[in-house]
Amino acid sequence: MKSSVGQFRFWAIGLASVWLTLFVFFPNLLVILTSFLTRDPQATVSLPINADSYVRTLDLLYLQVLWDSLRMSLLAMVFCLVVGYPFAMAIVSLPKRWQPVIVFLVILPFWTNSLVRTYAIQFILGNQGIINKALLGLGLIDKPLQLLYTQFAVILGLCYILLPFMVLPLYSALEKLDVRLHHAAKDLGAGPLSRFWHITVPLTSPGIVAGCLMVLLPAMGMFYISDLLGGAKNLLLGNVIKTQFLHTRDWPFGSAFSVILIVLLGFMLWLYFRASRFVSKQGGLNGSDF
Amino acid sequence: MNEPRALLNLNHLSKTYGSNRVLDNFDLTIFDGEFFTLLGPSGCGKTTVLRMIAGLEDTDTGSIQLDGQDIGQVPAEKRPINTVFQSYALFPHMTVFDNVAFGLRMSGVAKEEIAPRVAEALEMVRLGDFAQRKPAQLSGGQQQRVAIARAVVNRPKLLLLDESLSALDYKLRQQMQIELKRLQRKLGITFVYVTHDQEEALSMSDRVVVMNKGKVQQLGTPREIYEQPANLFVAKFIGEINQLDGEIVAVDGNHEYEVKVEGLQWRLHAEHNFKAGDKVNVLLRPEDVRVEYIDDPHPDQYLVGEVVERNYKGKTLDSLIRLPSGIEVIASEFFDEDDPSFDYSLNQKVAIKWVPGWEVVLPHEV
Amino acid sequence: MAPIFRWGFMGLVLTLIYIPILVLVVNSFNASKYGIKWGGFTFKWYEKFWNNDGLMTAALNSLTVSIVAASVATVIGTLAAVALHRYQFKGKALLSSMVFVSMLTPEIVMAISLLIVFMALGIKLGFISLVIGHITFCLPFVIVAVYSRLKGFDMKMLEAARDLGASESSIFWKIILPLALPAIASGWLLSFTLSLDDVIVSAFVTGPGYEILPLKVYSMVRVGVSPEVNAISTILLVVSLVLVVISQLLLREDK
Repeated sequence: MKSSVGQFRFWAIGLASVWLTLFVFFPNLLVILTSFLTRDPQATVSLPINADSYVRTLDLLYLQVLWDSLRMSLLAMVFCLVVGYPFAMAIVSLPKRWQPVIVFLVILPFWTNSLVRTYAIQFILGNQGIINKALLGLGLIDKPLQLLYTQFAVILGLCYILLPFMVLPLYSALEKLDVRLHHAAKDLGAGPLSRFWHITVPLTSPGIVAGCLMVLLPAMGMFYISDLLGGAKNLLLGNVIKTQFLHTRDWPFGSAFSVILIVLLGFMLWLYFRASRFVSKQGGLNGSDF
Repeated sequence: MNEPRALLNLNHLSKTYGSNRVLDNFDLTIFDGEFFTLLGPSGCGKTTVLRMIAGLEDTDTGSIQLDGQDIGQVPAEKRPINTVFQSYALFPHMTVFDNVAFGLRMSGVAKEEIAPRVAEALEMVRLGDFAQRKPAQLSGGQQQRVAIARAVVNRPKLLLLDESLSALDYKLRQQMQIELKRLQRKLGITFVYVTHDQEEALSMSDRVVVMNKGKVQQLGTPREIYEQPANLFVAKFIGEINQLDGEIVAVDGNHEYEVKVEGLQWRLHAEHNFKAGDKVNVLLRPEDVRVEYIDDPHPDQYLVGEVVERNYKGKTLDSLIRLPSGIEVIASEFFDEDDPSFDYSLNQKVAIKWVPGWEVVLPHEV
Repeated sequence: MAPIFRWGFMGLVLTLIYIPILVLVVNSFNASKYGIKWGGFTFKWYEKFWNNDGLMTAALNSLTVSIVAASVATVIGTLAAVALHRYQFKGKALLSSMVFVSMLTPEIVMAISLLIVFMALGIKLGFISLVIGHITFCLPFVIVAVYSRLKGFDMKMLEAARDLGASESSIFWKIILPLALPAIASGWLLSFTLSLDDVIVSAFVTGPGYEILPLKVYSMVRVGVSPEVNAISTILLVVSLVLVVISQLLLREDK
């Protein structure tokens, strides 16, 4: 009897633990390790251990790429926040019955192929695309605008793909917000703006941080978006990493760039937990957000 | 009635969670066929005892014997004991029928025997027509009865009920108390009931154990517990009680004492052994306190008090009376419209007395 | 916010989200090659896709990888969710934080970390490495889906089952599994679509001999517009949309 319980427990816990250790925990350690190794044409990487790869990221050329990439991702994040916050507020103000419907409509595209949707944007922004066609047709312009292969296109694409990741955490944070706090603040003489700044924003700060985390980090890695919408010049960090791994085959250098992402993830998680503790609710992204 | 036969023996049960000792060397014997209640405030360990009997909780030390056999190592699913859970814990994905049949199927009862037994159990709790419903389609009271049917259908030697009525509203609870009691008589199964509601405990049980902080405070019939509380905790936990301070002046032998209370000397009966000079608590139930006009002739001695509060409670009229010492006494009198002597006004001086022998004298506790 | 403004704003954002998808779908039936003008309704791009052996092989490969990955992830994920929900064990906090972190790790980091580990373990890039990679990013989604469903039930029920004589395995098969089934099915469907649509992890861990559809599509759209991509894209979109809608309906059914 006892042993059958034991066996079930053993497999239930063991399988996932081993899997995640072997393919999530251990590999992440290997990335960090690889970033300190030396490139080797024969064996991909080899000893000695050094920090050369990190020193090389400080090269002006790479700093420029890093900065451009970070700026585009940050702008996408800010834009998502600016659109996503009012959007989430609008959802929360709907009758309870309608809220899940709108939320579902927002997440639905997340489950579809984002490459295909990026391709659809390319289709719309191109010189022969719908926007240019329409503007030309209306006689507002006489030659097509260069929309595609610009930083603007990349940022737009990132926002388009990642907006649901911003809206969801914001929505669940706003949904938990106690309406009575607003009534109380109103009663104490706070106007709509000061209620927003002093109550809504601080109390939804975990949602804001979570949303930013879930937009910014993927945004830095989505190489196919910059590839399809940004052309050869507007690169994301993901493009650099991909080139180092699949073309130049300089794994230590590529890993060093990835470590930057891991560190950023760690930092934003720390921010998130701090914000959650500030709101004095138990930390952890809610699974039902997805 | 025949000599009661011990069905369940709990010997020296102890349990500690971290630094919290929830059960402390707990002993108990439960007789075959009785309605037994574990009563106490939340956190007193009563639910832990129940879960240990069910096998859902391990014991740190001590043993549990059912019918003379040690069942401490028998897992919950093998014990001939079933539980009615506080939240009912019905299986939401099964019909009422499948819920009730679950235990029979698990123990491998023959297929053709299951349907009649389930039908019989559902009939017993008057849910014969509900067999094909899902639990979510039933009211709270009906779910409660399904939970009972699901347990009794297995013909357990012992049925455990964990605060089973607490989720129901007052009226339904009263009705279910009567029904449970009737069911228990009919089935002849031993019921072990856990509750924090003293009224429920008194009205249903053959015997009650009052627990506090993991220990037995008193074991007895409802009447013994109400009328002869063993200590101040029991006295206060079971209903309202007035507490006066007293001192033994003289011992008259055979549990009769001269006691000084509120400046007067009374001849009182006590189960405990005291000696002169001992401090005691004299306890009086509100319904045992008599309030009378002070001008009427009084053959016996009485205390003088001042009415400070009057509360009409429907069946009774409660008066709060302040004695010269500052202690306030509650007197509960049955309302009688024809009795004019009943109408005291606030601040009126009244005479307080009680039927000799109805008081309880206990060693002094703070 | 005034209601009209509110609805207008939501309507605008949702429209902008769905317009590109709509344009793509419409164009997959457009006879005009560059999709600039409406050239009449046609199925020819779908036919071209159907007759393109390379694309069909890639599609079949994709289906195989997705079905295997979704199924394995569902089994392991369901067991893990049950364990996290039912048992207290050493390393529970570690396990749940690994689930949490693996959900938030940027895909690109997961991709290269898997590539490195496959090299380190000597796993050949191809079918096996793809399946392992896809299982890894699907796993947390299954765990979360099943776990949040289990959390919604009164778990005294499991004690009640034991009390009524059910063994540990009966409890799993008769109580936990039927209750979690909608979430398990939904977890499988979501895993399947995630796997079918993945580009980033696949781009790193696939081998030269094993082509899958999203990567094939990627290389096609990089070189320019080819109308059969519209057809493939439409198929991928519709498959995902249908599966996700089914999975959500499954979860809603008995709530």
